[in-house]
Amino acid sequence: MPQEIASPPARPGESEHGAPPVIGPGYTFRSVVDKISSITLARRTPGGWWFGFAIAFALTMLMLYTIGYLLIKGVGIWGINIPVAWGFAIVNFVWWIGIGHAGTLISAILLLLHQKWRTSINRFAEAMTLFAVACAGLFPLLHMGRPWFFYWLFPYPNTMEIWPQFRSPLVWDVFAVSTYGTVSLLFWYVGLIPDLATLRDRTKNRFVQVIYGILAMGWRGSAYHWKRYEVTYLILAGLATPLVVSVHTVVSFDFAVAILPGWHSTIFPPYFVAGAIYSGFAMVLVLAIPLRAFYGLQDFITQAHLQNMAKVMLATGLIVAYGYGIEAFMGFYSGNIYEKYSQVNRMFGPYGVYYWLLIATNVAIPQTLWFKSVRSNPPWLFLISLIVLTGMWLERFVIVITSLHRDYLPSSWAMYSPTVWDWSMFLGTIGFFFALMFLFVRLLPMISIAEMQTLLPASRVEHDGSAGPTQEKH
Amino acid sequence: MAAYPGLHGLLAEFESPTALVQAVHSARQAGYTRLDAYSPFPIEGLSDALGFTRTKVPLLIFLGGLTGALGGFALQYYCAVISYPVNVAGRPLNSWPSWIPVTFELTILIASLTAVFGLLALCGLPMPYHPLFNVPRFALATRDHFFLCIEATDPRFDRAATNQFLAELSPREVSEVPQ
Repeated sequence: MPQEIASPPARPGESEHGAPPVIGPGYTFRSVVDKISSITLARRTPGGWWFGFAIAFALTMLMLYTIGYLLIKGVGIWGINIPVAWGFAIVNFVWWIGIGHAGTLISAILLLLHQKWRTSINRFAEAMTLFAVACAGLFPLLHMGRPWFFYWLFPYPNTMEIWPQFRSPLVWDVFAVSTYGTVSLLFWYVGLIPDLATLRDRTKNRFVQVIYGILAMGWRGSAYHWKRYEVTYLILAGLATPLVVSVHTVVSFDFAVAILPGWHSTIFPPYFVAGAIYSGFAMVLVLAIPLRAFYGLQDFITQAHLQNMAKVMLATGLIVAYGYGIEAFMGFYSGNIYEKYSQVNRMFGPYGVYYWLLIATNVAIPQTLWFKSVRSNPPWLFLISLIVLTGMWLERFVIVITSLHRDYLPSSWAMYSPTVWDWSMFLGTIGFFFALMFLFVRLLPMISIAEMQTLLPASRVEHDGSAGPTQEKH
Repeated sequence: MAAYPGLHGLLAEFESPTALVQAVHSARQAGYTRLDAYSPFPIEGLSDALGFTRTKVPLLIFLGGLTGALGGFALQYYCAVISYPVNVAGRPLNSWPSWIPVTFELTILIASLTAVFGLLALCGLPMPYHPLFNVPRFALATRDHFFLCIEATDPRFDRAATNQFLAELSPREVSEVPQ
């Protein structure tokens, strides 16, 4: 990360090193509060919001319809069979959970690294994490076939007198994902408490005031509370950081611990984690670019944010590209005919076109981010982010399908093709995700108000009349 | 409290973080001990000025994490070794390396839950009613104003003298907080 972004310029709107500022010029405590909270407290909901929400809601209904049909008919409505028993369900699960990881990275890791630019994007990135995890969780749940018995995965004393197999990565996954969902929710909620109090105190509507009042739990900004709050928030960030790495590592173990050629590889954990952050930042950009344009938030989500996110994408994309390279190299270098064949099959087999599409979308096209003109052009960034999201989905498709459809025994080889219900479930979760995002943007402050205020130079205490703000502590 | 029934304290309102921190310093120098400061965002050095430098939150989180780690491992040991041992080609039942992921996740889970519920418990939240909410202008404490409250339970509290003292700190205004 460039050093000049790490510490904000002495005066907002100006920059010492030519880097764009993290907050526009001319803001006061009050105008920051009013600008962010007025989006939530506005009486009238914008027409564009209704339009977007209607589409997302329709797709959510499609998802519910698919789930209903699935519960009646069973997982046979999907294209899965033997040998490809993991189809879209696991592809979409890994894709969604990976997207969620950028939210934790922005809110936790960048906090620990004192990256001030995280401030205006962390709130909705955390919301994105929560909603992505909700979408991700649906897939393994429904793939179980009898989702109403999901609680069998948890260790509880039962009349069958059996316990989960704790040596299986699938059980690790249950613990990792449910812990991740819980901790993300806690982190998000703790961050929201002071802002909920702001909304409670600002609204004129009694009903709205009571709702936000209950959610704010009586927060009153006491210095004692702030002290504990800051310590807690920092430690939560410290806990969430190894957690996010562990979650995608465990997800990669689902594959790497299996003895299938093309899955059984030690490169999987680091390259899955990098891929998760890669796709997650792409999703944050896909959300941030329209949001800042629609709500006029260019002063809060500035060029600095977009460019930094583009740089993170470029860096993680290169790690992912390295992963592909090592995978291909090890396939041939291993001297194992199955490994080698699996690699050849991936590149030139019946699904080869998806492999090369993946290389184009995930490795080739994102290299344009080296150019500053591309990084500072929001429409281009938006397009590249969509391409990266597609590419990361293709990556999981290639990993899951090509390894499964041809294993050791040619007599058991088969092809996989998704059915309309695979697609409706996938599209449905995209709609569900965006429907939740729309509700979030309307009902809760999408940017942390209290944290934005601390970006203003006036928030720093001047000591004994000495001129100018005190030195930023690092 | 007995001396001033129905009075929670006196509340002075300031317009900048610097004024608030200076007011807290002055109040502490004047010997007041039961006071609290309120601000819309965390102010560096404010809790130090109040003499509140250490919090129990980290200790609680550590204990929570420790519970999660030991409990998580014990859970798996009990399930796989004591309650339902499965002999797979004579491999050891206590296969601890494969239990690390779940142990780790439970450490984080219990530590995080302790962090959030510990924070709320130490702050006494949820607290739907607080005397300060009786002061209409206190709504600005979550917006852009900064408040110092000297509570009536302070041994040095005197309705007139404390009011006079706060007025000398050049606040925007001083108001009484009914209980």
